[in-house]
Amino acid sequence: MTRVTMAAPTVRSRAGAAGAGVRPDTGPAPVKIAFHDMGFSYPGRRALAAITLEVPEKRVTAVIGPSGCGKSTLIKSINRIAEIGTEVEVEGRVLLDGRDLYAPGTDLVDLRRRVGMVFQKPNPFPKSIYENVAFGPRLHGDAVRADLDGVVERSLRQAALWDEVSDRLKTPAMELSGGQQQRLCIARVLAVDPEVILMDEPCSALDPISTARIEELIEVLRERYTVVIVTHNMQQAARVSDRTAFLLNGALVEIDETERIFTTPADRRTEDYITGRFG
Amino acid sequence: MSRAVVEQLALGLLRGLAMMILLATVLLLGSIAVGGARVIDWEFLTSGPTEGMTEGGIFPAIFGTICITLLMIFMALPLGVCAAIYMTEYSGTTRTARLIRASVNNLAGVPSIVFGLFGVGFFILFIGRSIDAVRGGGLLFGQPAMLWAAATLAVLVLPVIIVSTAEALTAVPRSHREAAFALGATRWQTVSRVVLPQARAGILTGSILSISRGAGETAPILFTGCAYFLPRLPVVHLSVPLTGLSIPMINPLDQFMELSYHIFIMATQSTDAAVTRPIQYGTTLVLVGLTVLLNVSAIGLRARYRRRPVTR
Repeated sequence: MTRVTMAAPTVRSRAGAAGAGVRPDTGPAPVKIAFHDMGFSYPGRRALAAITLEVPEKRVTAVIGPSGCGKSTLIKSINRIAEIGTEVEVEGRVLLDGRDLYAPGTDLVDLRRRVGMVFQKPNPFPKSIYENVAFGPRLHGDAVRADLDGVVERSLRQAALWDEVSDRLKTPAMELSGGQQQRLCIARVLAVDPEVILMDEPCSALDPISTARIEELIEVLRERYTVVIVTHNMQQAARVSDRTAFLLNGALVEIDETERIFTTPADRRTEDYITGRFG
Repeated sequence: MSRAVVEQLALGLLRGLAMMILLATVLLLGSIAVGGARVIDWEFLTSGPTEGMTEGGIFPAIFGTICITLLMIFMALPLGVCAAIYMTEYSGTTRTARLIRASVNNLAGVPSIVFGLFGVGFFILFIGRSIDAVRGGGLLFGQPAMLWAAATLAVLVLPVIIVSTAEALTAVPRSHREAAFALGATRWQTVSRVVLPQARAGILTGSILSISRGAGETAPILFTGCAYFLPRLPVVHLSVPLTGLSIPMINPLDQFMELSYHIFIMATQSTDAAVTRPIQYGTTLVLVGLTVLLNVSAIGLRARYRRRPVTR
């Protein structure tokens, strides 16, 4: 169990130091994803209850909370992979661009194309680097196919991996380091051109240097994508996110601007959690 | 007794018992090897039985064994792999899935002679005779034949293939399936592009082991197609139109000779079992050799795939 001893993690202000607003933080962004009184149950276990929150477009939203609080279920409910291999019950609504994801007849293939996901442990396929990135475009057999090489290169560049692998695209992805594998997984997601990128503790299996690189990457990704990141690491939430949601026992305690959550949280429990009194 | 003494005794006992397994294997294989090596030569492997089956070689039996094994695997492999894919990837824990799983386990426990009788009743008398009735023109399918023997063996090895394939499929990490789904892959795309390529080695290994199991069976083919003696190979010559060529092809409607059955009849049905003893040894060595060869290739295949993760 990680215990965070610092009183309040530093909220990122690196952008500010570089001069004029690299990021126009202020001003309301359109809502990309909205949960309305959403509940989620696995057989015999309730994971989430009465969740209502909004995720703004092209912002980074962090989800924090102790183990087992439902963070993972929350983001896996957005691309509907929480329900794979089990039976689930969903109440309320989850809207993506105003359309209910759980409405009957929802095209899951289309949904998952629009909402990509990076997992906790890097999970490249045991194929070559190239084939990993090309996997998504090949699945969808787009017109994109004509320029698969271009898509692969662009995705790897976006994931800040191109320079390290450009001369060995045909080698097995498993030979990459953990951090590189995770960036490959990000490139794999980018190759299908999603609108939302979900990240489920993407750095928990990585060393600090690799973690820093992923965080830099998130910084860049937010310019084009809506990012939702689950993290165990509160400094990370503070560093990378614009908004932070705090979950406890399957319920949303509060969601607010990250700066406010980490300086003047509205709820006593949030304060206890971020100052390390539990968790 | 002190604990150290008990420890020594336990060690000695366990080691002794383990050695007995080694001993049994060495004695068994040793006697077969010694007895068989004396008779096996090129002549023995390439010619047919002569002198009322007291002399000569076993080529027709080798040929029949290979044919029936191939035919069996053509039937059992697609069926078994598909069933395993359905069970592990599609059905989840539904009632149908549990039912299929239970059937597979029960199938694995059925004695092989029962399969033989089933083969006669179902394949020959029911399916074969039905085809003949529809076809008209006398008995062709409704009698013992390589086709039905292979089908019977296929049912016998089906559980082996299903279980080993299912194991190979479940060994593919869940995270890879999730990654594929999360990229928008359908279930079939996930299976065909992520799961199957990784499970390939395991499926192959299981199939080879099932072949070696099937190739050694006698009971299932006893009534369904193997012959005591066949003066010809089960081969037909198909003439290619316009060319005047004729291509020899295995005739699945013919009967055949088979190694394990040959051993059985040599030992029990022969006019003079003592005279044929060398032939029995030779035939056994060939059969065991074939089985060992298949098992070794399965092990080799597995080792090769384990060492090197599959690219592409």
